[in-house]
Amino acid sequence: MKYFRLIWKNAWRKKIRTSLTILSVFVAFLLFALLSAIGFAFRGGVDVADAERLIIIDKVSLINPLPMSYMNRVAATDGVESVTHASWFGGYYQEPRNQFGQFPVDPQSYFDMYPEFKMPAEQFEAFKRNRTGAVVGQELAKTYGWKVGDQIPIQATIWTKADGGRTWEFQLEGIFSTDDPRGSTALMLFQYDYFEEARAFAKGTVGWYILRVAKGADPIQVAKAIDLQFANSPNETETSTEAAFAQSFTKQFGNIALIVTLILGAVFFTLLLVSGNTMSQSVREKIPELAVLKTLGFGDRTVLGIVLSESILIMLLGGLLGLGTGWLFVQGLAKGMAAFLPGVYLSPAALAGGVAMMIGAGILAGIFPALKAMRLSIIEALARS
Amino acid sequence: MSEILARLEGVSRIYQKGKEKVEVLHELNLEIPKGDFIAIMGPSGSGKTTLLNLLGGLDKPTAGTVTVGGAELSAMSNSQLSHWRSTNVGFIFQFYNLLPVLTALRNVELPLLLTDFNSKERVKRASIALDIVGLADRAKHYPRELSGGQEQRVAIARAIVSDPSLLLCDEPTGDLDRETADEILRLLQVLNREHGKTIVMVTHDAQAADYANRTLHCDKGTLEAKEAA
Repeated sequence: MKYFRLIWKNAWRKKIRTSLTILSVFVAFLLFALLSAIGFAFRGGVDVADAERLIIIDKVSLINPLPMSYMNRVAATDGVESVTHASWFGGYYQEPRNQFGQFPVDPQSYFDMYPEFKMPAEQFEAFKRNRTGAVVGQELAKTYGWKVGDQIPIQATIWTKADGGRTWEFQLEGIFSTDDPRGSTALMLFQYDYFEEARAFAKGTVGWYILRVAKGADPIQVAKAIDLQFANSPNETETSTEAAFAQSFTKQFGNIALIVTLILGAVFFTLLLVSGNTMSQSVREKIPELAVLKTLGFGDRTVLGIVLSESILIMLLGGLLGLGTGWLFVQGLAKGMAAFLPGVYLSPAALAGGVAMMIGAGILAGIFPALKAMRLSIIEALARS
Repeated sequence: MSEILARLEGVSRIYQKGKEKVEVLHELNLEIPKGDFIAIMGPSGSGKTTLLNLLGGLDKPTAGTVTVGGAELSAMSNSQLSHWRSTNVGFIFQFYNLLPVLTALRNVELPLLLTDFNSKERVKRASIALDIVGLADRAKHYPRELSGGQEQRVAIARAIVSDPSLLLCDEPTGDLDRETADEILRLLQVLNREHGKTIVMVTHDAQAADYANRTLHCDKGTLEAKEAA
């Protein structure tokens, strides 16, 4: 700490140059924050996945429904504690751009399966009692300003009603939330019984099953047993962990992680060139002063540390500013995109990773100039000055 | 007989310049008593600054030994020399070599950063050093806000702040007008006479050398006494 003043003053010797370098670091980490948060949204399901929940889908494709008759057979499989199901509804509210997830479910078994979703008991009871009732997540209710008791018409894009209508009317009976800041609540759940009765086709099917593995049972063995059970049937199954399911779902949008990594890689490579050049210039200009410090008794390692610290300081200044601004942006982005892209979230892990990257980039950018300063010959440097 | 602070025995310094070897100092012997004030004169390239560098532990002899305050510098590693310099020797340069980003007080404080003193103690000691050189009222000024003479006074304060026994001055008045140069030389004299500092000063200026107790002439790598003070 006693060298901080010296390091700080040295860093600001050329104010414009340092400001521009900090600006480039700021932009890099702002991008890092935004892309991390968006990347998180795309793999959000993977991060909040419960290792004890398995998902059963049709082996051919996620969009092929599974027979409702599988429910009891899955429930009877060894190692299965409980089962529920869900289906993709794919409608929109008022305008096609207002799209979000809607799922017909069995209220009791679904909420038992997802204890992280919390809702007042009286609202849940009202939901169970009302065949055309629906519940929505807090994020969604906030986005559209919905209150309990509202009528919500949803336009179907897949599921026409038996009477030919495409408008499904629901009464909002409850609003649920989640304690997990990473989990999204931008979804709507309604009664499967109403869906089953009113839809025009594919009756007796569900989109997928969700099961909880019994304590002590091996999820891999349970998955194998289920898939074996339905082998050679018209609807063969593929059972995977919730994380694997979320991952395969995300891949439908392309390899987001790779895209994010490539963009960030290019940004940080450029950043290293810019800041490395700045540090090299800075050390070149300070050679006589570094020689004086060494003359006064500052050891080689101390000089190395001072130069490296300056580089890390510049990275931290720009980086923390960028990450902080990014965090503020993400708060707004998460609200604005809650319905379209739920789960936009800058996780503590991403923040910690960002700080680690600042320090790493500071070391990389500063190490060669710092080594040059460390190896500086006092006599040659003083003679030159 | 006065106690010897520094001793050079059979010291040679040879530099390799390309394929050529240049002998700057040749089997030089010198004893510097504690409390002495020596001026070293001589033409450019005669080895004056090399001698100063050897005494200050900035360079090592090709042959011979350099002993200062009982420590044999020629046998020390670079890190040992760094530590030794921080407490035993103060340097004063022709062009002051202050750090432009720090105030006078913070420049003087620099050598104390290498000690265990806390911030308050460092500032106190740096303030005393500035007071000794008559610049207590310029503590918060940056080097660009000071005259050449004032800058050199700050450099002297920096050299004495950790209370070294030996001060090495390389053309300390070379960049100053006569009047200011005399002020600086009088200050060095005070440090020598009243504070007991041993001073070795390299200079081209005969008038500056008059302030020293004795003058040595350096030429072609050897030393000889020029005149007694």
